[in-house]
Amino acid sequence: MNRREILRRTAAAGLLATPAAGLLAGCATSGGDDDKGDSGAYKGTKSEQNPLGVKEDAPLEVVIFNGGFGEQYAKAHEAMYKEKYPKAEIKHSATQEINKTLQPRFVDGTPPDVVNNSGAGQIDFNGLVSQNAIADLGDLLAAPSLDIPGKSVKDTLLPGAVEVGSYDGKFLVLNYTYTAYGIWYSTKTFTERNWQYAKTWDEHIALCKQIKAAGVAPWTYAGKHPRYMSWPLIATAIKFGGPSVAVAIDNLEPNAWKSDAMKAAADAWYQIVKDKYILDGSPGLDHIQSQTAWCQGKAAFISCGSWLESEQAKVTPAGFNMAIAPTPSLGSGDKLPFEAIRGTAGEPFMVPAKAKNVAGGLEYFRTMLSKKGAQDFTKKVSSLTVVAGATDGIELPFGLTTVVKALEASGSNGFNWVYNNYYRKLERELVDAACGEFFSGRSTPAEFLDQCQKGADTIAQDSSIKKYKRAA
Amino acid sequence: MRHGKYPLIIVFLVPPLLLYGVFVLSPYLQAFQISTTNWLGYSAHADSVGMANFRTLLHDGQVWNAIKNNAIMLAVVPVLTIVLGLFFATMLNMGGRKGRAGVTGVRGTSVYRMVYFFPQVLSVVIIALLWKEVYHPNNGLLNGALRALGLPAPTWLGDPRTAFWCVLAVMVWSNVGFYVVLFGAAMSAVPRDIYEAVMLDGASRWTTLRRITVPLLWDTVQVAWIYLAIAALDGFILVQQMTNGGPNFSSDVIGLRMYETAFGSESKFGYASAIGVVMLFLTLSVAVLALRTARRDRIEYS
Repeated sequence: MNRREILRRTAAAGLLATPAAGLLAGCATSGGDDDKGDSGAYKGTKSEQNPLGVKEDAPLEVVIFNGGFGEQYAKAHEAMYKEKYPKAEIKHSATQEINKTLQPRFVDGTPPDVVNNSGAGQIDFNGLVSQNAIADLGDLLAAPSLDIPGKSVKDTLLPGAVEVGSYDGKFLVLNYTYTAYGIWYSTKTFTERNWQYAKTWDEHIALCKQIKAAGVAPWTYAGKHPRYMSWPLIATAIKFGGPSVAVAIDNLEPNAWKSDAMKAAADAWYQIVKDKYILDGSPGLDHIQSQTAWCQGKAAFISCGSWLESEQAKVTPAGFNMAIAPTPSLGSGDKLPFEAIRGTAGEPFMVPAKAKNVAGGLEYFRTMLSKKGAQDFTKKVSSLTVVAGATDGIELPFGLTTVVKALEASGSNGFNWVYNNYYRKLERELVDAACGEFFSGRSTPAEFLDQCQKGADTIAQDSSIKKYKRAA
Repeated sequence: MRHGKYPLIIVFLVPPLLLYGVFVLSPYLQAFQISTTNWLGYSAHADSVGMANFRTLLHDGQVWNAIKNNAIMLAVVPVLTIVLGLFFATMLNMGGRKGRAGVTGVRGTSVYRMVYFFPQVLSVVIIALLWKEVYHPNNGLLNGALRALGLPAPTWLGDPRTAFWCVLAVMVWSNVGFYVVLFGAAMSAVPRDIYEAVMLDGASRWTTLRRITVPLLWDTVQVAWIYLAIAALDGFILVQQMTNGGPNFSSDVIGLRMYETAFGSESKFGYASAIGVVMLFLTLSVAVLALRTARRDRIEYS
């Protein structure tokens, strides 16, 4: 049995992954069926009641990423769709491996109608977009909202929701949740210890000193995924230098990572590394391990997005009352106020271009983006949606209320960057590695920015990667 | 019966051969074809780019870094595993000598044999998760022990100087058990009287191992060598689970590079196939080299 096991590994060593790729390519090599045309697509007649032209008895297939949000919320949305189109048959499935499950179907030209392309098995969007595999959602934006009278779907969305899913001006990806990225702390601990969240960087360092003196590590981070720390660092730079800092990075402009604002931010953040304000051993922790150490009170601050509360729900002590806060300002010269926070739409949904029921997919999105659909989602999974005002009258958990408040306070000063959507590898591998070196004290701010810039340059020079331009 | 032979053979052989052809051989061959395209994996469209993927690969620092790590594994893992496997097998089969006649193992041999084999029973993913916790910088078994002894506690998987070696150690740990059993079985096939004769001549354990056991086990060692060399060119599951190639690519391996290129941070299936093809030839050449260099005359007991 063990010889066999070893033989299996042998095969895996050299070959298994190759045929796996090869097998899936079976249809690629047979070729020729690139443009099947719309012969099999379902189309209904457009009307006031049916602005997207849904064929009412056309079946709809929905594939959901079965991650932190589960799949129950999607079943509720499907029920709402079915209510409107009782003759439509809905096929629901949920998986954690979006890419491996769906790749053969994309190649075959028979993808499902709605895909929740998320999680570790997410299909790289750059690849999908450059292969024209995703349907344009422009009609959806122009359609009237299902239950918010007098507004088009576009009017009901929070700022930035459309930009994040747009590639070269075409809205292709519906990012359904709204996520704020900031610095988290426990209001309980802070009240008990009489600590005050600092609004400027100098005060923050002073606070770190105070926290360390009290025997608690000021910071911890996911050492195995150190890109989590790139978020507050880039946010600091954007608040210092204005949103153009982010645009330059997103557009892969030469030396975007070495701008004065990035230099100032890296220098500032280096202070917590130099002064050893980071929990010992953090470089060896993954995100769950570091977040758990933080929940246990071993560290005061952690950088994360607004999913933190639900991700940690099981291990958070009662009354911990976590709260999100924007990154401290570098000084009075900052272009954006302290309240400015990174808010962005996440949890991507798409309709494949070759889906049979594209109109049905768009209509499904319209259902999700109705006030009823959005409120149901927020109630079920404790997460905000991109629908503005959909949280009115819903009781939210403590952390999420702080997120709502932070986003309100940030208002039109909110900012975002999208290079991580355009060029997944740049954030997940290259900037990630640079952050690992920097926050463990193995590289200086200059070396850190250098390494990030080199990463961005390799992406910029790689002609096999399609480039996108962000307007502003 | 003779006239019914061929239909029978065909009935039994055709289905497996067909399955093998469709699910193993044809993908292998297709991988070669795909490695010459720029296929991105999610449409039926791919352009032929000739050898461009292989030219890119020649100048791809990340791939070379991964190959370098696999080369180190290739140099270290087989030697270490075989040495440890031989040592333990010897101790289990002929280590005990005191006060008894004949050739026996150390006390508790049967228990050891079982314990050594444990890692083989576990799936590789479980082994990786287990060791990830052992190496936990603050709550891990290893650092707990080091702290109790008053020694410094490194971050192991969080430090580029140690991460790769930590994974390598787990690789050896998880393999040794199997080779203890393999070598043990081979040793029990060696006639006892040879050992008794050696003992009567007053040979030390070391001499016995070097002059008698290893030469008589050479066939088995050679097999072990090839298996381990091939395993050393893999290491994908352990690395992906424990470090995901980090920190700063210090524990990257070719298999992970290929996976990341196709399924991970990019969807360049054409380029990933090129990496796979290179890996195939590396593995083949290592296997052939190991066979050639280890060739010796076969000894038959009679």
